[in-house]
Amino acid sequence: MADKDTIICRCEDLTREDVRQYIQAGYTTVEEIKRVSRCGMGPCQGRTCHQLLVREIAELTGKSPAEIAPAKARPPVKGIKLGTLHSEGEHND
Amino acid sequence: MTKSADVVIIGGGIIGCATAYHLAKQGITDVIVVEKDFLASGSTGRCGAGARQQWGLKMNVLLAKESVKAFENLNEELDTGLDIEFKQKGYLMLAYTEKMVEQYKKNVQLQQGLDVPVQLLTPQEAQEIVPHLNTEGLLAATYCPTDGHVNPFTTTNSYAQAARRMGVTIMTSTEVTGIQVKQGKIVAVDTTRGKIHTSRVLNAAGGYSREVGALAGVEIPTHPERHQILVTEPVAPIQDPMVISLQHGFYCQQSPHGSFIMGFGDPNEPKEHITTSTWNFMEEMAEKILPVLPALAELRVVRQWAGLYNMSPDAQPILGEAPSLEGFYSAIGFSGHGFMLGPVTGRLMAELISGQEPHIDIKPLSMERFEKGELLREPSVV
Repeated sequence: MADKDTIICRCEDLTREDVRQYIQAGYTTVEEIKRVSRCGMGPCQGRTCHQLLVREIAELTGKSPAEIAPAKARPPVKGIKLGTLHSEGEHND
Repeated sequence: MTKSADVVIIGGGIIGCATAYHLAKQGITDVIVVEKDFLASGSTGRCGAGARQQWGLKMNVLLAKESVKAFENLNEELDTGLDIEFKQKGYLMLAYTEKMVEQYKKNVQLQQGLDVPVQLLTPQEAQEIVPHLNTEGLLAATYCPTDGHVNPFTTTNSYAQAARRMGVTIMTSTEVTGIQVKQGKIVAVDTTRGKIHTSRVLNAAGGYSREVGALAGVEIPTHPERHQILVTEPVAPIQDPMVISLQHGFYCQQSPHGSFIMGFGDPNEPKEHITTSTWNFMEEMAEKILPVLPALAELRVVRQWAGLYNMSPDAQPILGEAPSLEGFYSAIGFSGHGFMLGPVTGRLMAELISGQEPHIDIKPLSMERFEKGELLREPSVV
């Protein structure tokens, strides 16, 4: 399948071609690519794309995937409605 | 390997990268930017990303006005293909007390006198601009349509790319470990990737400005202060301006991408190098924002993070050369509004470092003001 048809980040609609362009432009860490492209910033928080992105970086930089630092995990683990967090929210009785 | 440079800039955030760009534009291209992590990895990349001209001090209005002008044309000027995503849909500032209304009236007068197109609005007029605004208890608001918000990552990287194109060197993953001073003059900067001979250094280290100053024996009166932010899932555009309530201490924008980004100032935040986020921040954020913008209750928070304000004693930036050390410049202490002042600061610092008279008089922002007791008081900070 062509790189432009292969989706890496489903939440932010980034293809393999997009991601490879960022890596070739010099953004060679997960944290940097996340910030310039939003890869992994969607509702799934990178659960799907993170491993794929690591593999792309490894391949283009000649490193092993184990050498690529993962993105910092940020809370919450799962999306949570602001209304639920509110003391008058529906799930806080 | 030993290198040399006309100017070494410590810090690869908006201030460091914008100054590098402006130095290069003036022909000073022998510049090295040293960043301990990656570009915009510190305060710049963690900020609320707003750009407003609605300030209560003339100096801040002048600086912010020029920055906004710069943001308007930055994609064309830098020409790197990166989009800074300037959403120029205004700032709406809410007033809930008579005292605040009086202050805002004064601010509006000052801002209008400096040609900033700001207006004082009734609660109903405010609601026309933000339809999901709950006007209960609201007395008035001010609105400036040319304020907005900007993407800190692409902006910083765009400045960096444009600077590189003109010959600037940017060293990331490189930490400054020492600044060598001999007979009252800077001679070199030591880094984890070797020594750089230089006589001029710009401290643009944001939350770490005090530590960088200490390396050169310069006492810097700033301290870090944690601030937290959260972001929601993206939804269709419903909110044009950034909404700020100094009463609740929050700000809230909808990015062009559709997500809502919001934060508030908490006086109990630690004044240390702590950038971990806390669970109670999310709850308190919901408590503060939902009474004012109830429609946001349906939005899911997908991520939260924290960053450091670099606080100065009067919450105003410190710009200039250290009185005690020739060639040691600082652009620090922005106290939470450094990103929006990045473009104008870059230009001013480049002028100062290259020996020109800065086009805006920034002497009131020098470090000496603290010794002289000439503090600046900005009434409109979050």
